[in-house]
Amino acid sequence: MSGMPLLSLAIWVPIFAGVAVLLTGADRNAPLARMLALAGAVAGLLVTLPLYTGFDLTTPQMQFVELVSWIPRFNINYHLGVDGISMLFVILNSFITVIVVLGGWKVIENKVAQYNAGFLIMSGLLNGIFVSLDAMLFYVFFEASLIPLYLIIGVWGGPNRVYAAFKFFLFTLMGSLLFLVSLIYLFVQSGGSFSILDWHQLPLAAGQQRWIFLAFLVAFAVKVPMWPVHTWLPDAHVEAPTGGSIVLAAIALKLGAYGFLRFSLPIAPDASHELAGLIITLSLIAVVYIGFVALVQDDMKKLVAYSSIAHMGFVTLGFFMFSALGIEGALVQMISHGFVSGAMFFSIGVMYDRVHSRKIADYGGVVNTMPKFAAFFMLFSMANAGLPATSGFVGEFMVIMGAVKFNFWVAAIAATTMIVGAAYTLWMYKRVVFGDVGNHHVAELTDITPREFLVLSLLAAGALGMGLYPAPFTDIMHSSVEELLRHVAASKIL
Amino acid sequence: MTLAEMQFALPDLRLASAEIFLLAMACLIMIVDLFVRDKNRTLTFALTQLTLAVSAVVTVMVSSGQVAYTFSNMYVGDLMGDLLKLMLDVVMIVVLFYSRAYVLDRPQLAKGEFYTLTLFATLGMMVMISANHFLTIYIGIELLSLSLYGMVALNRDSVQATEAAMKYFVLGALASGLLLYGMSMIYGATGSLEITTVAERLFSGQADMIVLLFGVVFLVAGIAFKLGVVPFHMWIPDVYHGAPTAVTLIIASAPKLAAFAIVMRMLVGGLLVASNDWQNMLLILSVLSMAVGNFAAIAQTNLKRMLAYSAISHMGFMLLGLVVGVVGGDARFAINAYSSSMFYVMTYVITSAGTFGMILLLSRAGFESEEISDLAGLNKRSPWFAAVMMMMMFSMAGIPFFVGFFAKFSVLQAVVAAGYLWLAIAAVFFSLVGAYYYLRVVKVMYFDVPVDDAPIVATLDVKVLMSFNGLAVAALGLFPQMLMSICAFVLLRSL
Repeated sequence: MSGMPLLSLAIWVPIFAGVAVLLTGADRNAPLARMLALAGAVAGLLVTLPLYTGFDLTTPQMQFVELVSWIPRFNINYHLGVDGISMLFVILNSFITVIVVLGGWKVIENKVAQYNAGFLIMSGLLNGIFVSLDAMLFYVFFEASLIPLYLIIGVWGGPNRVYAAFKFFLFTLMGSLLFLVSLIYLFVQSGGSFSILDWHQLPLAAGQQRWIFLAFLVAFAVKVPMWPVHTWLPDAHVEAPTGGSIVLAAIALKLGAYGFLRFSLPIAPDASHELAGLIITLSLIAVVYIGFVALVQDDMKKLVAYSSIAHMGFVTLGFFMFSALGIEGALVQMISHGFVSGAMFFSIGVMYDRVHSRKIADYGGVVNTMPKFAAFFMLFSMANAGLPATSGFVGEFMVIMGAVKFNFWVAAIAATTMIVGAAYTLWMYKRVVFGDVGNHHVAELTDITPREFLVLSLLAAGALGMGLYPAPFTDIMHSSVEELLRHVAASKIL
Repeated sequence: MTLAEMQFALPDLRLASAEIFLLAMACLIMIVDLFVRDKNRTLTFALTQLTLAVSAVVTVMVSSGQVAYTFSNMYVGDLMGDLLKLMLDVVMIVVLFYSRAYVLDRPQLAKGEFYTLTLFATLGMMVMISANHFLTIYIGIELLSLSLYGMVALNRDSVQATEAAMKYFVLGALASGLLLYGMSMIYGATGSLEITTVAERLFSGQADMIVLLFGVVFLVAGIAFKLGVVPFHMWIPDVYHGAPTAVTLIIASAPKLAAFAIVMRMLVGGLLVASNDWQNMLLILSVLSMAVGNFAAIAQTNLKRMLAYSAISHMGFMLLGLVVGVVGGDARFAINAYSSSMFYVMTYVITSAGTFGMILLLSRAGFESEEISDLAGLNKRSPWFAAVMMMMMFSMAGIPFFVGFFAKFSVLQAVVAAGYLWLAIAAVFFSLVGAYYYLRVVKVMYFDVPVDDAPIVATLDVKVLMSFNGLAVAALGLFPQMLMSICAFVLLRSL
């Protein structure tokens, strides 16, 4: 293991780069701001790569650990570390930041420095969430990451952006405040420790576990988002600028799911087993009902937003079947969804930048004027529908296999997503891309620029690579997931 | 008793030298100001600032770290008092810098009285902080209040300001009456007004508890008025709104420190035996304040009024720490709980001073900049000050990494440690409500287009101080340990 504090670098390189970008000031320095932002994002990605190359596959222990006392008065530590569950998200997040900076290169003309700085700072904060092993540190990053996204939606968003930004902020805050109280409760119960790993070993009575689980559930369910607290997501997605939607879908949604694995399951294993039925029910509702809701959307972003909720339903379903297939499938699904939903939103952004509409009805026959784009969009739509050989298939298939072992009917209901998902995605694709040229806007479209080609290729490489050869991803997860399952299987009731 | 038998021991003046110096200088400045021809009163301003600075230095120099009494035990010098007085002086200096330009633009305010009354108010607060006798507390409160009544009415042509001063005076006099009445009952119950003696007599069970309890009720009502918590909050919005912003800034910042000090002196220092009773009273006041303050703030369009309601809710939150000091007769958590309140009130004062300072910074001659909509598009006009204001707002909303989060966190952990889980949940619920109106200010600054493109005119010193104020909110949020430990340490050495 190298001596560099890699995880600290993953957090602070983007944040300091963001501050540097802010210092470029007004829009007359926009080119400089963009270059600096790209350099910062790439540097942020580069410092996370040694996490992959130096990762020890054999141990479920935390790796690259850093431990410094932060607020000794409350025993709060700057305690970082990654395991097979969290490591890939750090890299994914840093990768997505590069995509976002590239994606907004020409599109954002207004307050360029602040836009890019917002994403860089958010990238650092999100990395902080994934690598925190101290609950307060986790919470602080978790909350602080709301601020940049709130500003990004509110400043660069669509016509109804104020409503969407407030709804996003207050919904998430509502969940996380209860989470805060339960963290403090655990701090008191554990005799003065905020270490998540200590809490994993903390015995708790059944009643305590139930309340803690429910408090965590509120926080994470809002973030995932699970039905019925999902309503903020379509609003936020529709109003957010393309970059905001990409980060929201690719990374921010994963925080809730990650929280289940890091907090709910290991800290309250008995309650997790007890209340698994509830989560599975909610997940199936998300998969089936939200899938049908997606079918009737006339706004492309809204459609992909609902499809995200359905996909995340698959993730929570996978977690609460307590099998290696389920959890690993869910993790694969999370990463795959990061590539695919990011790419979907970027593709919609490409069209929106040209036509300034997201309505499906305003398009038709895009393939005639944008053939290269249509090819990429086809790939991502297929991945979103879960076609074999794309990353979308791997995760869904693993979760369904896990579900068959768990309960046939759960598996049968979940598997309908293969049909519904294909229906809403491909039907949208057909209406937007195929057919005759719909109107003069479409006729005037120009195909993708080299910059857009680069972004789409990077995302396509992720989606295809993971679909064709998922082993490098799943290998990383094995030992951590097995350890987690062993831990969850044991009762913590004394 | 013959004359020879009477003892004329000179009290130890050293302990109170900061107050004595301030008093002497305030009188001196009052006279000097008569001869100042300059209508900007630069000399008066400079002397006032110098006085406050020297007073801060003297406070540090005479601080011994021990608890010491003087003036026949009417005055106490201890670390808690020293820290609060130091902070008080520094805050007053900053506040006067912030208000300088505002005052100069308004001839009614730009008089020597503004500065001398400020000094007397400061003196009153210092007396409150160091009081070890109920009457000393009363004298301190009156000195503070009378100075402030005058300052609110300084702009005597303004109907709004006069009305605010009148309200403040009538309600303040009522509260003083309640306080005095409560003190008289405590005297009746214990036979003393000296806080340490009252505490001793209560511990040894020599007091009439029924009378005492009545006294506590009146005392708490009086304190609640001074803190501005529901249902004794009526004056806060009107006074904050009606007073000239420079005076609002003074009312909204330093007096909270003094109010916290007298709560500690009277309730914790003197009446700890009756803690069960006053804790329950404070509990009700606290929850009501958080509820009324946060919900009422949503409806405001005037920034000063919104911040007034926000102040009510913050004082309610601060009281939570005082509610959970003694649990079932067990005072193990007391230091933890009280120090969390102290941390809360200190950081609130920093944030509040910065927020009102920002209103002053954006005001200019003939323009008050006190509506929330006046902030529209501030990000376009000045990205840096918009960012500073945003940090203040997120800090008040309790979002990390800003210090307001750790203030809320430290109070919440004290509440949970004491076993009041429901209270913690209620507190975070009201914080959620509160987040809405702070977010709205951020929204106006960042999402809206400016209606007013005038460049921001402010002197360099104000810009630098304001920047430091904003950075302090962020830096204390990143590294809250030091101030938290200091608060716990001084309370440990003072109680």
